[in-house]
Amino acid sequence: MDQFIINLLFVGGSFALYIGIAIWAKAGSTSDFYVAGGGIHPITNGAAIGADWMSAASFISMAGLIAAGGYANSTFLMGWTGGYVLLAMLLAPYLRKFGKFTVPEFIGDRYYSQNARLVAVICLIVASVTYVIGQMAGAGVAFSRFLEVDATLGLIIAAVVIFLYAVMGGMKGITYTQVAQYCVLIVAYTIPAVFISIQLTGNPIPGLGMFSTHTESGLPLLQKLNQVITDLGFNEYTADVDNKLNMVLFTLTLMIGTAGLPHVIIRFFTVPKVADARWSGGWALVFIALLYLTAPAVASMARLNLMTTIYPDGTAAAPIEYDERPQWVREWEVTGLIQYEDKNNDGRIQLYNDVPSFEEEAEARGWEGNELVVNRDILVLANPEIANLPGWVVGLIAAGGLAAALSTAAGLLLAISSAISHDLIKGRINPAISDKGELLAARISMAVAIVVATYLGANPPGFAAQVVALAFGIAAASLFPALMMGIFSKRVNNKGAIAGMLSGLVFTLAYIFVYKGWLFIPGTNNLADIPENWVLGISPLSIGAIGAIVNFAVAFTVSNATEEPPIEIQELVESVRYPRGAGGATDH
Amino acid sequence: MSGHDYDAVNYWKANLRLIFWSLIVWALVSYGFAILLRPMLAGIPVGGTDLGFWFAQQGSILTFIVLIFHYAWRMNRLDEKFGVHEE
Repeated sequence: MDQFIINLLFVGGSFALYIGIAIWAKAGSTSDFYVAGGGIHPITNGAAIGADWMSAASFISMAGLIAAGGYANSTFLMGWTGGYVLLAMLLAPYLRKFGKFTVPEFIGDRYYSQNARLVAVICLIVASVTYVIGQMAGAGVAFSRFLEVDATLGLIIAAVVIFLYAVMGGMKGITYTQVAQYCVLIVAYTIPAVFISIQLTGNPIPGLGMFSTHTESGLPLLQKLNQVITDLGFNEYTADVDNKLNMVLFTLTLMIGTAGLPHVIIRFFTVPKVADARWSGGWALVFIALLYLTAPAVASMARLNLMTTIYPDGTAAAPIEYDERPQWVREWEVTGLIQYEDKNNDGRIQLYNDVPSFEEEAEARGWEGNELVVNRDILVLANPEIANLPGWVVGLIAAGGLAAALSTAAGLLLAISSAISHDLIKGRINPAISDKGELLAARISMAVAIVVATYLGANPPGFAAQVVALAFGIAAASLFPALMMGIFSKRVNNKGAIAGMLSGLVFTLAYIFVYKGWLFIPGTNNLADIPENWVLGISPLSIGAIGAIVNFAVAFTVSNATEEPPIEIQELVESVRYPRGAGGATDH
Repeated sequence: MSGHDYDAVNYWKANLRLIFWSLIVWALVSYGFAILLRPMLAGIPVGGTDLGFWFAQQGSILTFIVLIFHYAWRMNRLDEKFGVHEE
């Protein structure tokens, strides 16, 4: 069967499933729409969190990042999982006990301030909008590669599907589609990985395979990989990093940023009890780990496969001739994501690291520069083709990539629309609005958010590429400390919290803008974004952790210099600490 | 705090203690073994590389899972012991 037809069947089949769920899970009240009625089983919620969390970036880009950076990029693996420990112990159970619909609502009530709530809404919207643009753009790319439609048309198809289940079903529809999407994406991710692990090491579990013996050479796989790439002038895959301070701070920023992202936190509001919120955190991480433990194996194995494809007779022998390149290289060349230029006109593909230390050897071999540029993002998508897996696996990967993008986009869109309908419309503009009126407002907000996200996905603004800096920086420096202090301190008051959130935010954004341009406008940066310019070697991507410390310090200092919070607020803090009497998430 | 029919102070202290020790382990496996202490563990070989690398790409994630389930299990028991669990 034609590959196009296979892809169409897999993607079409999965979309039909999501729409079927949408029709079945229609929201009848605001409680259904915001928190899926509050009756989701912790394991179900764990799978939904897994899909909510694992975005197009986790599914498509992360393995490529690790393949390129080796050990140094382990930061993403630890950072995007370690945050769940913080969530499960420091935030989720207490916010579930608080029992309201949105994250800004907790901040507004706890700090008895509409302004604090507004700051939280703005942080939420900036972080979530930045995040959602990447998801929409990712869906467009996956469509154009696998279904040969225009990226914009693909984006619109994806938006219509999300529209159907998110506007009708709200959190209820999103929860059950996310569970289905989790199943699709995890099967799609692990099947090729298992095949490749068996091919290379004989071990069916990729996470174990990467630490096993490479069957062909008899060496441990990672040692073989180190050998092959250092022969071609690259750094060792397992090499340690020099700048440990930056590695620690970047990992910490990703962890506390993860814990502070509203679209993840609100998923914990959907379970019936506080105890379930704790279990949910554990199950979520189990489901996430299935992909995150596999990703580093995919990374190392795909990198080795790529090298042995180009150098079939070993790195000392000549690389393959361009005319004999495999089919997958030809296909990806069409998209421009693989580029070849025969610099020395020998008709072969020289792939190596073009650095001064390797110049002498390159010259001796008659090489005149690296000739093959492979975009990191194609690694997972091209993986089945690189390993010569059957066509249906390619179709599965297409459906999996789309599931990852759609599930995260829907979660983000819900966080955005509930902040607008619940925190802004009901909280500020019209507190007397009826439940039916608010449900309609929520649906309209969702529809508008989808239209805006689709437009921005098709015409991504400059800041869209800064998801890590913006979304994680803001969540780490502003939202996480405010939420944590709201639970663990009775002393932090409205003035302290607002001063803390704003100073953490301003400090973090200013440091990012100095290197990346003010509001990310090219050319407006004060210093070039290179390690030599960073203060103490701290990258702008790692600054969120320092921003969080600034937030904590300012909040405590200002609070201690001003009056204690009112007694009813101290009682509120007391009440969120004890599970008894939680009840379902409510409006009042 | 007055007005409770259960030992709220000691329940909360027990929770904080459990969180403290959990976060010590959390930091030790990730920031410790996987990053800062990696050179010290370089002598322990794991499948073609060293223990620090294994913690960075596998071990820390596995430890995080155990930590959350352990916390959930202990806290749910503490809830019952102190009588603050939900009906």
